[in-house]
Amino acid sequence: MANKTREPLVHISRRSTLPWYQSWGIRACALILSLGVCALVTMFTTGENPLSVFGAIYDASFSSQRRTWVLLQNIAMLLSVSLAVVPAFKMRFWNLGGEGQMLAGALATTACMICLRDAFPNGALIPVMIVCSIAAGALWGFVPAFFKAKWGTNETLFTLMMNYIAIQLVSFFIIVWEMPKGAGQIGIINQSTEIGWLPPVAGQKYLLNIIVVAVLTVFMFIYMKYSKHGYEISVVGESVRTARYVGIKVEKVIIRTMVLSGALCGLTGLLLVSGTDHTLTTTITGGRGFTAVMVAWLAKFNPIWMILTSFLLVFLDKGAGDISTKFGLNKSFSDILTGIILFFIIGSEFFINYRISFRHSAKKEETEHV
Amino acid sequence: MNTSAAVEMRNIHKRFGSVLANNDVSLDINRGEILALLGENGSGKTTLMNMLAGIYFPDSGTIRVNGEPVVIASPKEAFELGIGMIHQHFKLVDVLSAAENIVLGLEGKLDLKSATKKIREICDAYGFDVNPSQKIYDMSVSQKQTVEIVKVLYRGADILILDEPTAVLTPQETDKLFAVLRNMRDDGKAIVIITHKLNEVQALSDKVAVLRGGRYIGTLITKDTNAQEMTDMMVGRAVSLNIDRPDPVDPQLRLEIRDLTVRNEEGLLKLDHVSFDANSGEILGIAGISGAGQKELLEAIYGLQGTEEGTVIFHDPETNKAIDLKYKTPMQIRQLGVSLSFVPEDRLGMGLVGSMDITDNMMLRSYRSGPHGFLNRKAPKSMARWIIRELEVATPGTSIPVRRLSGGNVQKVLVGREIAQTPKVLMMAYPVRGLDINSSYTIYQLMNLQKEKGVAVIFVGEDLDVLMELCDRILVLCGGKVSGIVDGRKADKQQIGLMMTRVGGEQDGE
Repeated sequence: MANKTREPLVHISRRSTLPWYQSWGIRACALILSLGVCALVTMFTTGENPLSVFGAIYDASFSSQRRTWVLLQNIAMLLSVSLAVVPAFKMRFWNLGGEGQMLAGALATTACMICLRDAFPNGALIPVMIVCSIAAGALWGFVPAFFKAKWGTNETLFTLMMNYIAIQLVSFFIIVWEMPKGAGQIGIINQSTEIGWLPPVAGQKYLLNIIVVAVLTVFMFIYMKYSKHGYEISVVGESVRTARYVGIKVEKVIIRTMVLSGALCGLTGLLLVSGTDHTLTTTITGGRGFTAVMVAWLAKFNPIWMILTSFLLVFLDKGAGDISTKFGLNKSFSDILTGIILFFIIGSEFFINYRISFRHSAKKEETEHV
Repeated sequence: MNTSAAVEMRNIHKRFGSVLANNDVSLDINRGEILALLGENGSGKTTLMNMLAGIYFPDSGTIRVNGEPVVIASPKEAFELGIGMIHQHFKLVDVLSAAENIVLGLEGKLDLKSATKKIREICDAYGFDVNPSQKIYDMSVSQKQTVEIVKVLYRGADILILDEPTAVLTPQETDKLFAVLRNMRDDGKAIVIITHKLNEVQALSDKVAVLRGGRYIGTLITKDTNAQEMTDMMVGRAVSLNIDRPDPVDPQLRLEIRDLTVRNEEGLLKLDHVSFDANSGEILGIAGISGAGQKELLEAIYGLQGTEEGTVIFHDPETNKAIDLKYKTPMQIRQLGVSLSFVPEDRLGMGLVGSMDITDNMMLRSYRSGPHGFLNRKAPKSMARWIIRELEVATPGTSIPVRRLSGGNVQKVLVGREIAQTPKVLMMAYPVRGLDINSSYTIYQLMNLQKEKGVAVIFVGEDLDVLMELCDRILVLCGGKVSGIVDGRKADKQQIGLMMTRVGGEQDGE
């Protein structure tokens, strides 16, 4: 019987696929569990009532119409970058340069708004801005792709480094265009004339952004699933050797996809400058280029699911920011809560992919002996 | 009862997800005996043995070693019980020497000198041929295998399990392996070899245990049985073991290869002035030990591998034109109207995309068709249905990722797609590797069917018996050179074996 104790307590084995309702059931359980753990942590560390903390998280996004619009706007911006990086990720090209590509687009937009404000009427300027921002983002995406395709450079490092170049360029031009002189910032561009500002739709400042991103979502879904390009991207991502075997020009696909990825990031830059902030700062992207990685992965690169994951991340972030002020808690505390929730959600993927069985046989035997 | 039993497994169950890999299997392994564990792919042979080796843990059932009930929770515990397993894929560190690999992971002080001495003793006792200080990367496949066996013996194993040990060996190397296995048996060790090759079972084993579909079917005394009986037990119904070889009808020159020379990325010469012809209505077999240039040869013809020298000329039967395929990419070759089909060795890494479903894999060849930028899944879908029906692919539908299909079904999908291109030349690299008997025979039939349609079939194989039964001619490669081309109907196995290791096959070396 002494031998029995050496039997492993748990076996971990790979699951065959679960039906969708089971896998989403597991995810939902993870979310509920994580809220439970958050509640416990809140009670023990702060003494606050966890329900009121949760209430505050909810209020941060939904307590007023304005807050809801801000929430939607933030979701749209995060989703936009995520949609941009998704084709690259699907191709297993780790584009961590979303930040830089957005900044390049934002910089191009700003340049148009400042330098061309007297040259074009507003109706002509906006198309010019769109073209320029897309071109700038595309260039930022093209450079690492070209090097990867030609010489096999590491795209992760390359795109990351391109971010810093973009940040430095933006810092430089902020000084060039600073308003007023010596302020170290641009301030609101064309505040009185609103030249180059994206117009409000139905009286809502952010509605145009949201519509653009909604269209992009549908576009990306169709592009990835039903277009020949999307098919080539999946093949290259799965196996470069298969791609070569069927005659796909891998280099061409890498460059084409990254140009698209960069271009959409550049367009997001435009939405941020011209559609939202009407100014340019080095932090205008708010780290979305990196958060997009998480949005895309959590949604398994499916543009439709990405709506959900970007909502989740933005909602949590907003709530976290709010409770730290409302309850006088440190900002780190809200990060802890966000961390707990993400830990559970990402961790749940393990239980979707693997089955864990306990040593039922041994237990049975023990009880029989008792 | 059975006092000489080294291992008794009783009522073993093991389940993976929805698959019952072992269903109530009971098996005895005796000392001084070679047991062949026979079964088709997926019959649960390797799973069963992995449970002895501590890699898997049974869901239920008991294992006794030397009469004692034991629990084997890890490979280390298996070693403590004297059980050692030699896997199909070697687990050796390339940059270390044989001796270093053998002592790797053992506790205690590293003393290579005494280790080397002990290794020599083991080698002398059983007739192994190993140089302890030779680096692994310098070794041939059979030498690496020897190191694996010595490693297991070094750790004191007296129950040895070998998982398809001959799959990578030449006939001569196989004979050598069998000789040392017999020595070990006579020394009182218990030996299990996992295999699906009947001639090896007959040549080597004392007893043969048959598994089918995860169940234990029975044990036979090898000398009292025959190939047909074993096959019937293995497959579960009577099967014909004969491979047809219709005579070529009106063979015409289709592919003319002259002085093809290829270097790989590291600049090593992989093909050295290879010249041969492939004719329509004929199956040309290509034999050779693994890495003799088979892969490079097919990929060079297909346009995936850059060539240094030589010509590849395709003779088009419709226009009677000779088309030079040298320096062309697969796409350019297809645009020239040359219909080459290629079933690569690496099915899921090259021929198919594992995560895509059958329809999307059909589309790999045809997705470009159509004027606009969108995919048309209709034709690929009906092609998928056709292949599932015609080749009897066992699958729940067309929308299952091919990775989830069994090896044989994956291969049917790939071969089906390639045949559906109505090729003029069909190249196949190891098309039956890992396939069960039924699937293998389906593939052989398909090759014959293509041959009868006038396709020039090039078949790279590893089982010489099959090559000799199926092919009209056999080209033997050795170290990137053509060692010779023999008539499949008159070929001699020993002769081919020699040609695989020495160009021309002359025995002048020793």
